[in-house]
Amino acid sequence: MPAVWMAIAQIATLITLLILLHRPVGDWIATVFSTAKDWRIERGLYRLIGVAPRSEQSWPVYLRSVLAFSVVGILLVYLLQRTQELLPYSLGLPAVDPLLAMNTAISFATNTNWQSYSPELTMGYAVQMAGLAVQNFLSAAVGLAVAVAVIRGFTGVTTRTLGNFWVDVVRAVTRILLPAALVAAVALSIGGVIQNFAGFTELTTLTGGTQTIPGGPVASQEAIKQLGTNGGGFFNANSAHPFENPSGWTNTFEAFLFLLIPFSLPRTFGTLVGDRRQGRAVLATMATLAIVSTGLLVWAELAAGGTAPQLAGGAMEGKETRYGPVASAIFAAGTTLTSTGSVNSMHDSFTAFGGGIAIVDMMLGEVAPGGVGSGLYGLLVIAILAVFIAGLMVGRTPEYLGKRIGAREIKLVGLYILATPILVLVFTGLSFAIPTVRADVEGTSMANGGLHGFSEVLYAYASAANNNGSAFAGLTAATPWFGTTLSIAMLLGRFLPIVFVLALAGSFAAQRRVPTTAGTLPTHRPMFIGLVAATVLIVSALTYFPILALGPLAEGLQS
Amino acid sequence: MTTILETPQASTPDPTGSPSRRSTRAFGVAGLIAALPGAFRKLDPRLMARTPVMLLVEVGAALTTVLAIAQPFVAPPADSSQPSLAFTWSIAIWLWLTVLFANLAESVAEGRGKAQADTLRATRTSTAANRVRGYDTRSDPSASSVALESVASSDLTLDDIVVIVAGEVVPGDGDIVWGIASIDESAITGESAPVVRESGGDRSAVTGGTRVLSDRIVVRITSRPGETFVDRMIALVEGASRQKTPNEIALNILLAALSIVFVVVVLTLNGPAAYAGASQSVVVLVSLLVCLIPTTIGALLSAIGIAGMDRLVQRNVLAMSGRAVEAAGDVTTLLLDKTGTITFGNRRASAFVPVGGVDADELAIAARLSSLGDPTPEGSSIVELADAQSGSELGGANAHEHVVAPSDSILVPFTAQTRMSGLDLADGRMIRKGAGSAVRAWIAESTPIPAAIDDQLTAEIERISASGGTPLVVAERSAAGAARALGVVHLKDVVKPGMAERFADLRRMGIRTVMVTGDNPLTAKAIAAEAGIDDYLAEATPEDKLAYIRKEQEGGNLVAMTGDGTNDAPALAQADVGVAMNSGTSAAKEAGNMVDLDSDPTKLIEIVRIGKQLLITRGSLTTFSIANDVAKYFAIIPAMFATSIPALAALNFMQLSSPASAILSAVIFNALVIVALIPLALRGAAYRPLSASALLGRNLLVYGLGGLIAPFIGIKLIDLVVSLLPGF
Repeated sequence: MPAVWMAIAQIATLITLLILLHRPVGDWIATVFSTAKDWRIERGLYRLIGVAPRSEQSWPVYLRSVLAFSVVGILLVYLLQRTQELLPYSLGLPAVDPLLAMNTAISFATNTNWQSYSPELTMGYAVQMAGLAVQNFLSAAVGLAVAVAVIRGFTGVTTRTLGNFWVDVVRAVTRILLPAALVAAVALSIGGVIQNFAGFTELTTLTGGTQTIPGGPVASQEAIKQLGTNGGGFFNANSAHPFENPSGWTNTFEAFLFLLIPFSLPRTFGTLVGDRRQGRAVLATMATLAIVSTGLLVWAELAAGGTAPQLAGGAMEGKETRYGPVASAIFAAGTTLTSTGSVNSMHDSFTAFGGGIAIVDMMLGEVAPGGVGSGLYGLLVIAILAVFIAGLMVGRTPEYLGKRIGAREIKLVGLYILATPILVLVFTGLSFAIPTVRADVEGTSMANGGLHGFSEVLYAYASAANNNGSAFAGLTAATPWFGTTLSIAMLLGRFLPIVFVLALAGSFAAQRRVPTTAGTLPTHRPMFIGLVAATVLIVSALTYFPILALGPLAEGLQS
Repeated sequence: MTTILETPQASTPDPTGSPSRRSTRAFGVAGLIAALPGAFRKLDPRLMARTPVMLLVEVGAALTTVLAIAQPFVAPPADSSQPSLAFTWSIAIWLWLTVLFANLAESVAEGRGKAQADTLRATRTSTAANRVRGYDTRSDPSASSVALESVASSDLTLDDIVVIVAGEVVPGDGDIVWGIASIDESAITGESAPVVRESGGDRSAVTGGTRVLSDRIVVRITSRPGETFVDRMIALVEGASRQKTPNEIALNILLAALSIVFVVVVLTLNGPAAYAGASQSVVVLVSLLVCLIPTTIGALLSAIGIAGMDRLVQRNVLAMSGRAVEAAGDVTTLLLDKTGTITFGNRRASAFVPVGGVDADELAIAARLSSLGDPTPEGSSIVELADAQSGSELGGANAHEHVVAPSDSILVPFTAQTRMSGLDLADGRMIRKGAGSAVRAWIAESTPIPAAIDDQLTAEIERISASGGTPLVVAERSAAGAARALGVVHLKDVVKPGMAERFADLRRMGIRTVMVTGDNPLTAKAIAAEAGIDDYLAEATPEDKLAYIRKEQEGGNLVAMTGDGTNDAPALAQADVGVAMNSGTSAAKEAGNMVDLDSDPTKLIEIVRIGKQLLITRGSLTTFSIANDVAKYFAIIPAMFATSIPALAALNFMQLSSPASAILSAVIFNALVIVALIPLALRGAAYRPLSASALLGRNLLVYGLGGLIAPFIGIKLIDLVVSLLPGF
């Protein structure tokens, strides 16, 4: 089968699955967050943490809960790593170095899952299961909770409250993530993903050499890694490792898993705001950007010229023969578009344009469809910006879903949109502007020199600030400079937007609703979808064009 | 002023109208030159701080100038990134011009207001006023027997009582407490026809600066010195009291956010650029920054606001705040008074309905005869209808001769007792028309009415009443004394022509129209249906109005209304846009946030259009400004980096001649586009009453796509010229 048709077939499979499932999943999520019934186990949990489940929180209280919950999560993961030698099932591994432990704790609690370490050599089963896997669930649940709080900002009418964070986060885990992860884990283990506590197995190979085969509870972790758009691998090779991702169909299934919730949330949004067309418009915007970007990435990889790629039947460096360039490119597009960051191939080895598109996918702000929860609220913020400019052009004070966009709202939108680009640009800029840092970056961290080396650094900060977590694998990030700055980028890249978007939701909830008239800008028509997509592109293009010109763009034009 | 909802060109006020307010609307060279000194004065950084985007440009211009001056005296950097002296100076000059052009836009906008302010100021010259000491409302309301003291009008204060006689200038704003006078208000309204003002009622307000033409009035002053209506007008048209409107503030925040992004982009660029061996000089980085930040909209934003207010002033509407103008664009519910706005305000004959086999013409002739002696508008409308309906049969060419009653007949005028009017002809025939019950009684005096005809009459009367009309029964009594009913005249409130279309336009714009009337619900419903009004408020009291506005606002609607009476004041204050008629009371004018000097209630619709146009102009220019950046990137980025990374020359698909020329061309384009758009900013973007969707599509095409393409062409053309200069 020619590669192009393979690409189309695989993309079509994913689209079909998502079309079939996004409605039931989206509606289920909507039900979970709007029902008044608590499960018994949930009531037990509320009693345990001392929460009155029916009490409503204003946005500052909701935000404080998010932050407190995440800080505690970071501390726990940090402590687990630092005390690893004392923990059972640690495979005899020592305590993790403090800087790396901090970086990893922040990485998993922010849903980034950037890994500056080789998991099988650093983390035992205890840390993996009690620390990292737990954060895989909880960070995704926080994303869902914030997204739902933002939706409540739109549905609320002159109210001060956005719901109860503790209820939202508990329900996200008990009713959405745990059941779905259970099903996915079983499916993956049927597909050949391992699930054991075997530790390392020493084998003698046919040629007489010895080989160490790692084991581990992989399937359970793999499921939530993809489903929660986390992306932190059990093994260093991540989803390129045969124990994480054994075959063609597990590969497609894993891509489906990380696309599922982000693409279902627009349906949840439409259902909860009582106008499914609004949800469809958001979905269409995400899907348009995702399909175009995936198509471009596949094209970039297939079009790779030169002798070596042609002999190999494509740009095969850094890619598994099990998947080939097409499935690798699709996975790469999906993982960068969804803020997952799990990889089945080494993005560093992609063609210049291919790698560049992966960077751009992240620079779009992880909104197409983005991470669990964060993708939805990210896109809604861009939609509000689009409404603001377009709304003026129809001669009305701009409003979205009946909520006016005034000075306070646009200030918060502006701050939200400023946050991640500033992190990316400042840290990338400083990496080369401070002489000693530049020497360290060039000497220690970059695997390649020249333009490609620059792309590695740019990729790292784009990935961290947008909470993606994948890497241009050549970069050695376990240095004090990267360990610290990437941690800051992940932390601020996650929580600054949450601060602004919750404030925005609070501001919307306090408003009354403006009735829809013929003079209201319709926000469900194709023109609006195009406008939001164009806004996403223009905002990121204007911000990143110069820096891209110095990296992947120059590199791509050179080849 | 009924040509609303069209392009601004089409609704330009009649140039033959009042000279004082209709200043030159054209944007000419003379206006530019006159505005130049103001533009230079505005270079003061303290004033520039009002527009952060332009302040940033000014800082960049100053920095570049310093670098240009210093350049010959300092050693060039080792990496040969130093641009030529000619380039540095060119950039510095064009950056200053960019700032200057922005100031020019604002100055030109203000200049148009200044001319109007000067005219107004002439009316404010201090005059002597005759103040009454110890005014007593009860014993001497006309103040004819009390002592008067002469004081300067500028010394008058709240609640002073003054006497003004014919020929004198009204010394300050106030309400007439006694008397009636005709007043020349042309100084304020530009309208030369005198108006009548009298004590009591809704036409008691007088404005300082106007001239009393006849009679003598006693006026209670209602304004403090320096706070008169004219003072406020001057401040408004000069823009002295201009405050940023909510939407302008929001847009400014967005522009600031964009500027911050680009400052960060530029500040962080040199590290990576140096790594790629392409480090950039400060001049180039400043040029990049200025081209990227939204200077176009930043430069024109305040001019757009001033021009919007000015457009209102040119239509003789004074907005007390920019906020009100903006709110007008958001209005979703329009409260319109029926009388004078929707209908002509008096009932007109619309049909003759004969009964009992009477010939239609016979009824028309009788009705016409009965109305010849009736001077009311209703009476003359019956004559007109009869003439129009069957002109030839009723006398053809000499129909007009019958306008007066036959000389030997006796007119029977309408009285409250008889509730009839008519004519007794010389031959003894009597014709009457009037209310159904009265005329029937008159017939029955001599002849009993046959049951069939009585039923028919009753049916017609009820039908006409049900449709909101007024039935008038026409009857005759022959000389012999036999009386009979001829038929019924259908009088109705006639809707002004073209109103239905305008309300349809409003509906398309998403605005609901509500008719306010004192009529009964039946009449109101019929007229509302005929005019295409969405809703009506019948038998409306001021309290009803207020309650209706509150209800609408609770549903999230923004309400606009007009009013003139003191009892309208609470509703005017409650409405988001309250337009008080200048002829109204001071209380109404205080309560509203706009005053219409022409006292034309239909102007409300036009005010909404101007409000929308203001927002559209801002949005369109913002879109244009942001879309411009794409082309500027394609000009500047290859110019910056292509020397070190030759592959990036592929981005230079405009084929700009040299890096220096490319950057300078982008900077020049950036400056010139401001000048090119000043007329649009002042005139406002075109507005048509389309649905939001259609409007957005159109403006996206013009300003979005146009903004994307225009700079590619503009920069290329400028480059062709710049490349001819030595050193580029």
